[in-house]
Amino acid sequence: MPNPHTPPSSPTERPTAQRPGAPRSGDERVVLDDTAIRRALVRIAHEVLERNEGQDRLYLVAIPNGGVPLARQLAENLRSISGLELPVGILDTTLYRDDLTLRGERPPLRRTEMPSAVDGRIVILVDDVANTGRTIRAAMDALMDFGRPSGVQVVALVDRGHRELPIRIDYVGKNIPTHARELVILRGRNGSLEPPLEVVVVSKGGDA
Amino acid sequence: MGRILIRRGRVLDASSNRDEKADVLIEDGRIAAVEPSLDTSGAEAIDAGGLWVAPGFVDLHAHLREPGQEYKEDIASGGRAAVAGGFTTLACMANTHPANDDPAVTDYILDRARQDSPARVLPIAAATKGLEGAVMTEMSAILRAGAVAFSDDGKTIMDSGVMRRVLEYSCMVDAPVIVHAEDCTLVGHGVVNEGPVSTRLGLPGNPAVAEAVHVARDLLLAQLTGAHLHVAHVSTAIAVELIRRAREQGIHVTAEVTPHHLTLTDEATLGYDTNAKVAPPLRSAADVRACRKGLAEGVIDAIATDHAPHAVHEKDVEFTAAPSGLIGLETAFAVVLDLVRAGELQPLELMQRMSANPARILRRAGGSLAVGAPADVVVLDPQKEWLYDPAKGFSKSRNSPWAGRTLVGQVKLTLVDGRVVYDVARGVLLP
Amino acid sequence: MIGRDLLGIEDLDRADLERILETAERMQEVGTREVKKVPTLRGRTIVNLFFEPSTRTRTSFEIAGKRLSADVVNFSPTSSSLTKDESILDTARTLDAMAPDAVVVRHKVAGVPKRIADALAAPVINAGDGAHEHPTQALLDLLTVYQEKGRIDGLSVTIVGDVLHSRVARSNIYGFLKLGAEVRVAAPPTLIPPAIETLGVKAFTSLREALDGADVVMALRIQRERLDGAYVPSIREYSATFGLDRTKLRFAKDDAIVMHPGPVNRGVELSHDLADHRPSVILDQVRNGVALRMAVLYLFAGRPVAAAQEG
Repeated sequence: MPNPHTPPSSPTERPTAQRPGAPRSGDERVVLDDTAIRRALVRIAHEVLERNEGQDRLYLVAIPNGGVPLARQLAENLRSISGLELPVGILDTTLYRDDLTLRGERPPLRRTEMPSAVDGRIVILVDDVANTGRTIRAAMDALMDFGRPSGVQVVALVDRGHRELPIRIDYVGKNIPTHARELVILRGRNGSLEPPLEVVVVSKGGDA
Repeated sequence: MGRILIRRGRVLDASSNRDEKADVLIEDGRIAAVEPSLDTSGAEAIDAGGLWVAPGFVDLHAHLREPGQEYKEDIASGGRAAVAGGFTTLACMANTHPANDDPAVTDYILDRARQDSPARVLPIAAATKGLEGAVMTEMSAILRAGAVAFSDDGKTIMDSGVMRRVLEYSCMVDAPVIVHAEDCTLVGHGVVNEGPVSTRLGLPGNPAVAEAVHVARDLLLAQLTGAHLHVAHVSTAIAVELIRRAREQGIHVTAEVTPHHLTLTDEATLGYDTNAKVAPPLRSAADVRACRKGLAEGVIDAIATDHAPHAVHEKDVEFTAAPSGLIGLETAFAVVLDLVRAGELQPLELMQRMSANPARILRRAGGSLAVGAPADVVVLDPQKEWLYDPAKGFSKSRNSPWAGRTLVGQVKLTLVDGRVVYDVARGVLLP
Repeated sequence: MIGRDLLGIEDLDRADLERILETAERMQEVGTREVKKVPTLRGRTIVNLFFEPSTRTRTSFEIAGKRLSADVVNFSPTSSSLTKDESILDTARTLDAMAPDAVVVRHKVAGVPKRIADALAAPVINAGDGAHEHPTQALLDLLTVYQEKGRIDGLSVTIVGDVLHSRVARSNIYGFLKLGAEVRVAAPPTLIPPAIETLGVKAFTSLREALDGADVVMALRIQRERLDGAYVPSIREYSATFGLDRTKLRFAKDDAIVMHPGPVNRGVELSHDLADHRPSVILDQVRNGVALRMAVLYLFAGRPVAAAQEG
C-alpha cells in the first residue's frame, strides 16, 4: 500500500561487462561521511543567513528523496544559529521531468507537501546531488505552479558539475568531479535515508 | 487407368480389422490386393514406409456454403480442403442459401461436386422447409435426387410435434435424421459455455443443459418412432451419458463428436478469439474427457469436423456479433491424433471412427480397403510436425483456432477412385 | 507486471495495484494546487473511444488527461448492433493511423478493448466492456476504501445487486481479493453469475447474512429493463429485498461505508437518504476517479511502445 518511505528508486543500470582500465563495476568509495555532511550543512546554514541577511521570508523546499533529510537538517541548523523557524516543503519533480517519453517504465511519484504558499518568499531548493541541472529546472517549473516566489536559490550537497542547462548552484557542500560512468548516491542506514548519512561514488562499469 | 502400389505402409483397415505392414495394390480405381508383400512390376510405386495407409476419411458434417455464400467456401474449395485433410467423402449440410430443402438444390450441389470437387460430396437435405422447423421437406424426392440424410443443422427443431413427425416420416424413406441439439430458449444469448469461463469473460453463457434437454427429447422421440437418430457434434458429458443409456435400451441412435470438442476447452475463448466461437460452444475439461471416453467406448460412433467457414470480416467483430463455427477439414487428422498419443484410442480405432463408422451411418460404401472396394485411400505420417497457416490452406476461410500452431500428424497422400488427388508436396491435383 | 494495456484487474498483481494506488494518492495532491495541471503528457494525444455513451467516465478521463496536459479527443462512433458498416477493428485501425498515445475504450460487448488492443500500437485502457471489467472504477473504489479505512487487508466487502451483468462487480472482486479483503456477493439467484465461487467469493441470497460483519457495502446499479420479470419479478420486490436503507445496513458493522458506482436509481438500489449522506462515500468515489485516472494515464499513456511492451 502507499508507503511514504519507499526507498529512493535506486539508479537503475545494473553493472554490465567490464572494460579494461575502467573502475571495477560495483566499486564504491565514500566521499562524504556523516560528520562531513553535518559540517557542510552548518557551513551552508551560515552562508544562507549571510546572503539573505534581514530576510525572514525564506522557505526551504526539498527535492525528494535525498533533499528531504538535508532540508530538515538545514532548517534545524538555521534555527539553532539564528532562531529562525523556516517552513520545510517537499516538492516532487517527477511530473515535470523532460525524459519521461524516453523511458518505458514510468518512475514512481514521490510525495509533495507544500505547507506554505510560495508567493513573495525566497525559496531555497535543497537537493542532494546536482549534475546536469535538469532536476533543478523541473523543480523551478513545478514551483511556479504553486505561486510566484520573490527569489529562488539552490542548495546541493554534492555538485558533480556536468551541467547541461544554464543553472547555477548557490550553495555547494562539496564539488566532486566524477566520471559520467559513475553514480553519486546519498544514503543512510540500510538503504533508508535515516542517519548516519553518507555520500558514495559507485562505478557503473561498462557503458554509461 | 494405371496401377498404383503403395508399399510397406502400416495398413489400418477397420472393416477387416487389419493392422499390419502390407502393400496395397490399386487397379482401375479399385483395391486389387492387400498383401504383406506384392511384387508388381509396372505399377507406379509409392513408398509408405513408416506411414499409415487407411481408407479415406468420411466427414459426416461439413458446411460447403454453396449455393449462396461462396465468399466463405464453395464446393470446389471445400472439396480441395477435404482431400488435403484426407477426406475422400464429405456430407454437406443443408443451411445454404437457398437451403437444400428441394431436389433442385440437391441436384445443383451434386452437379457442382461432379465438376469441381476432388472429394465425393453427399448432400444432407433440410428436414423442414427453409430450416424453419415447421413444414417437412419432400424427403422421398430429395433422396431420389441423391441426398443421404436430413438435418436442419445450425438450427434446432424446437417444435416437438414437428420433430416427432420428421422422425416418423424418415422411417419410411430409411434415412438418418441428424439433429443439432440445443434448446434455443435455454441458450438465450449465450455465446460461450456457461461456467467459470463465461463468468470471467463477462459473456452470456450457453449451458450444457441446453444440449442435454434436446438430446433427451430426441432420444425419447426416436424410441417412440423407431427412427434412426444421429446426434451431431455432441459436446457435453450429460449428452454422452444420455446416449449411452439410450443405446443400452436399443434405441437406434448414432452420434458424432468434432475434433474441437475432443481437444479444446472453453478456456480457448479466454482471449476473446472469435475463431473459438462455435455452436455448441467449447465446453469444460470434464465434458472434453467425457466426449473422449464416449468416443473410445463406442458410445459416440464417429468424428465429424463441422467444418464451418466464415470470412475474416465476419469474425473480426465483437464476440457476440461473430458467427459461430470454425474450419476443420485440413487439421482434423492432426488434431484427433492426440487421442492416439494419449493412449485413449488405437490407430485402427481412430481410423474406424473417421471412415468406416461415418460411412456406415450414411449407409454408404467406403471406409474399407477390401478387395474390389473403390480405392479411396489416405497415406498419413503420424510423426510429421507442420505449422498450420490457414492462409496457405485450401479453404477460402481462415477461421481456425489452430492457426499458427505447430501440429503433429500430416496427410501425405489422398486417393479417390485410385487417382492421387492430393500430395502434400504437390498440392491438390485435379484431372 | 504493468504491461502495455490496462484491460482488467484480473491481469494485475498486488504490486501493480499498490503502485497504481500510490501514484493516485500523489495525483490527488495535484488536484489541490492552485494550478491543477502538470506538463507530464504535454504533446501527447489521448483518444476517448466510447462506443457506448457514458458521460461520467468519459468526463473523468477527459479531466484527468487535461490535468496532465495531454490533448484529449473524444470519439464516439454511433455504434448500434444495427449499423455494422464499419467494424470495430476498422475504427481502431483508423485511429491508430492517427498515432494516439493512448486509447480509452468503452463498449457494451465484453472483450472489445482486448480485440482493439491486439490491433493497435497504442496502449489501450479499458473504460468498461460489457459484463467483463471496468478496471478504473475498481481502482478508484479501492482508493476510496483504502483512504476511508486505512487498509484493505482483512476487510469484509459485500457487493449487492446485479452481479451477473456487472463489470464493476468483477473488477472489484479481483481487486479486493488481490489486496487481501474477503468478498461476498448478494443477489437474487437469477443475478448471480454461474460458478462465481470460482473467483474466490461467497454468494448469498440473503442480504442479512451477506451483510453480517461487513466493513464495506457496495451496491451495484441495476438496469430497469432487468427488473420487469426477466430476472426479478418487479422493482418493488427487488428494492424490498435487496435495496439498501439504514434499517438493513444495521446488519453490517457500525462503521461500515456504503458505495455505489453511480448513477444511483434512488429508492431501488439505495434509499434516497443513504444516497446523499454518510456512511455513503459516493462523491468521494467520483472525486477519486480523476486522480486515479491521472495515475493510470501517467503509468500507461505515451510511453515508448517498444519499451513498454517489454514491461
